[in-house]
Amino acid sequence: MYSFEPSDEQQMLIDVARRFAENNLRPAAHEAEEHRGFDPGLIEKGWELGVLQASVPDEYGGFGERSALTSILAAEELAWGDLAGALAIMAPSLFVTPILVAGSEEQKSQYLPPVLEAEWQPYTAALTEYRYDFDPNDLKTTAVLDGEHYVLTGEKCAVPFADKTEAMIVYASLDGVTQGFIVPAGLEGVEIGEKDKYMGLNALPLFTVNFNQVKVPLENRLGGGEGHDFAPLLASFQLTMAALAVGMARASLEYAKDYAKERWVLGSYIAQKQSIAFMLAEMAAEIEATRLLAWQAAWQLDNGDEEYPTTAYLAYMGAVDMVMTVTDRGVQTLGGHGYIREHPVELWYRNARAISALTGLAIV
Amino acid sequence: MISFEKSKAVAQSQYLTKTVAENMMRPYSREYDEKEGEIPWDYIEFMHAALKGMGSANLTAKEEKPDEQKEKKPRQAYVVMAHQMEMLSWGDAGFYLCTPRGGLGSAAVEAAGTPEQKEKFLKILDGDKPIFTAMAITEADAGSDNSAIKARAVLDEETNEWILNGEKIFVTAGHKAMVDTEGYTVVWATLDPEAGRAGIRSFVVPANTPGVKVTKKEIKLGIRSSDTVTIVMDDVRLPYDHILGSPVIERSTTGFKGAMQTFNVTRPLIAASALGIGRAALEETRRILEENGVELRMGLPRNKMTNLEREIVDMERMLRSCWLLTLKAIWMSDQRMPNAKESSMSKFYAGDAVTKITQKAVEILGPLGYSREYLLEKWMRDGKINDIYEGTGQINRLVAARALLGYRGKDLR
Repeated sequence: MYSFEPSDEQQMLIDVARRFAENNLRPAAHEAEEHRGFDPGLIEKGWELGVLQASVPDEYGGFGERSALTSILAAEELAWGDLAGALAIMAPSLFVTPILVAGSEEQKSQYLPPVLEAEWQPYTAALTEYRYDFDPNDLKTTAVLDGEHYVLTGEKCAVPFADKTEAMIVYASLDGVTQGFIVPAGLEGVEIGEKDKYMGLNALPLFTVNFNQVKVPLENRLGGGEGHDFAPLLASFQLTMAALAVGMARASLEYAKDYAKERWVLGSYIAQKQSIAFMLAEMAAEIEATRLLAWQAAWQLDNGDEEYPTTAYLAYMGAVDMVMTVTDRGVQTLGGHGYIREHPVELWYRNARAISALTGLAIV
Repeated sequence: MISFEKSKAVAQSQYLTKTVAENMMRPYSREYDEKEGEIPWDYIEFMHAALKGMGSANLTAKEEKPDEQKEKKPRQAYVVMAHQMEMLSWGDAGFYLCTPRGGLGSAAVEAAGTPEQKEKFLKILDGDKPIFTAMAITEADAGSDNSAIKARAVLDEETNEWILNGEKIFVTAGHKAMVDTEGYTVVWATLDPEAGRAGIRSFVVPANTPGVKVTKKEIKLGIRSSDTVTIVMDDVRLPYDHILGSPVIERSTTGFKGAMQTFNVTRPLIAASALGIGRAALEETRRILEENGVELRMGLPRNKMTNLEREIVDMERMLRSCWLLTLKAIWMSDQRMPNAKESSMSKFYAGDAVTKITQKAVEILGPLGYSREYLLEKWMRDGKINDIYEGTGQINRLVAARALLGYRGKDLR
C-alpha cells in the first residue's frame, strides 16, 4: 500500500542530517566556496553522522542495511545545507556503494571495513569524462584484457579528492560495456592533473586524472571475474544526483520565500504579489514532483522492481531541469541582491548546473 | 514507511476500469464527441450495474465498519478512486463525467455531511436506476471568487424550510442530475450577503423540487458527451436538514472552510483525471510513431537524443512525476492530513501537464495529430478542462502560494 511517510528510523536520520546541514554546512558554505576548501573538522563531523555507515552491514564495518531510499533522504538534507559540503562528506560512498552493490564477496571483505571503521578518508570514483557528449553507457576510457591485467586508458574529470585518495573506482568501457575497476593509489600510469576549475563547487577539490596504460589486476574488476551489471549503479548515480538537486532547490525556495516576505515594494511585501507568489508555488510543485520520482526510483531499486532504470533516468532528467528553473527563480526573486555573492542564491544557481554536467559526483 | 507498492484494491480496480475503458468507452469516444449532447446510456447503465455490484456509494460507511482488522488498515478509498478516475479518463473523459452515482454532488455530501445526511443522500444512489449528482457554485459574476456568490438562502422560520433563489452556470452533469435522472445538485448559496465567505453554505437540491429549472445546455471545446448547464432557482423550498454544515453564521469563516474542504479531495481527483488523458495521448503518440518505424530510445543523455526522443522523455517525466504529486495529495486525504497546499499543487501542475502533453502529441504527429481520424485532437480539447474546472490553474496557484507562505486570503489575493 502506498505511503509517503518516512519510517521513524528514516525520520531520525533526516532530522540528524538536517540539523547538521543547518548548524554546520550552511554557515560554512560561503567561506568554503570563496577560499576553495573546507575545514577538515567539518567533513569529519559530517562523516560521524554515519549516513554511509548505516547503509553497510556489520560484517563489512557498518551498522545497517543498504536502502537507496533512506540514503537519498539524508543526501537531500545535506545538499540543502551545501552541495559541495554534502559531496565532500559523501565522497567515500563513491567507493563503498558500488562495491557493496556490485562487488564480489572478497572485494567487500577486503575493501569496505578499512573505509568504514575509520575516520573520513579520501576514497573516490572516476566516472565523468571531459567531453560534450559524455555518456555513462558509452565511455571513451577503455579497459582492455591483456593476459594478467586489464589495461586502462583514458581521461576522467571531476574526480573528488583524487590527489589524496587511497583508492578509487574507475569506470571504463570493456568491449563497449561500462565496468568498474578498483584502482589503488600509486599504480603506474595514473597521473593526477591540476585541480579542475568550474563555475561552482569551488570548495570541493575536483581533479582531472589520466590513465596511461594502467595495469589493473584481474581481481580488481568490480564484481570479480564476470564483472557486474552497471544498471543499478547508474540508476544510483542518477537518483542520488536528483535527491541532491531537490535539496538544493528546496534551499533556494525557502530562502527566496523568506526574503519575499520581508521585502517591501510598492505598498506590499513582494510575496503578496502574484508574480512572485505564483513563482514560489510553481517552484514548490516542481520540487515535490521531482522528489517523489526520485523516491520511487529508489524504492523500485530497493525492492527489485525492474522499472527502476527508467524511473531513475526520468527522475534525473527532471531534476536537471527542475533545479535550474528553481534556483534561477530564487535569484530572480531577490533581484539585484540575488546577484550579490553575500546571498547564497547565486551559489546555488551555479552549483545547480553541476547536476547535469557532472553525473559522477555522488552515489548512495 | 515510504512505499510505492500498489495495493490489491488499487490493482483490482485498475484492472476493472481498464476493461470498461477499452470496451465501453474508447470504441464510442469519437461518435459521442461528434454528436454533442447525446447521452451515452449504454455506458451509464453498464456502470450503474457494475458499481452497484461493487458495494455502497457511501465510502465512509464502508470504511467505518466496526471491524477491528479493517480499522488497523490505513484508509485508501480516495487513492482507489484516483486510480479509477485516471483510468476512466484514459478511456474517455467525457464518458467518465457521465458516470452515475459518483460526481461532485455526492463528494460534497461525503466530505461535509453529517452521518444522517450521508445515509439519506448517498443511499439513494444505490437504487435500481442510475442517479446523477452535481455541484453548482459558479454564477455569472462569481467563479473562483465564491465569496461573491449572490444565490440566496433564507430560513422560513414558520415552516423551518430553506428558501433558495438565484442562478448557477457551468453545472457539470446538471441536466442528468436534475432532468434525466432523479438526482440532486449541491448548490452554494449565501445566508447573509453582508457576511461574505462566512455566510456561504451548500444545500442539497433534489430533482423535481418545485422552482428549480435547467435553462441552458452549453456547447463546448471538449468533454462534449458531458452536459454543462445553467440552473435557475425561483423560491425553491428545501427541508431544514438539506443544509450541509452548520447553519449558524459565526464571525469566523469555519463554515466556508468546511465547504472548501471538499476541494482538497476533488482537486487531486481532477488532477488524476487530467493525467489519464495525458497518458492516453502519450501512449498513442508512441504507438503511431512506432507504427511509422520511429525508434524511441530511452536512457540517453540529452545531446545524443533526437528531438522526438527529447519531447517524449519530457512528456513521460511530466506525466509520471505529476502523477506521484497527485497520489501524495490524495493519499493525504485518506490519512486525514491537511492538504490544501498539496491538493492545489497537484491540480495546477496536472492542468499544465495535460495541456502541454496533449498539445505536444498533436504537434509531434502533424496532420495526423490534427486529424479527427485519431483521438489525439479530441484529447487536446478534453484535457484543457482540467486546467479550468475545480478552480483554474491560477486560482490553485493562489491557494498553494497562500499555504506555502503561511498567508491568509487578505494577505494574498
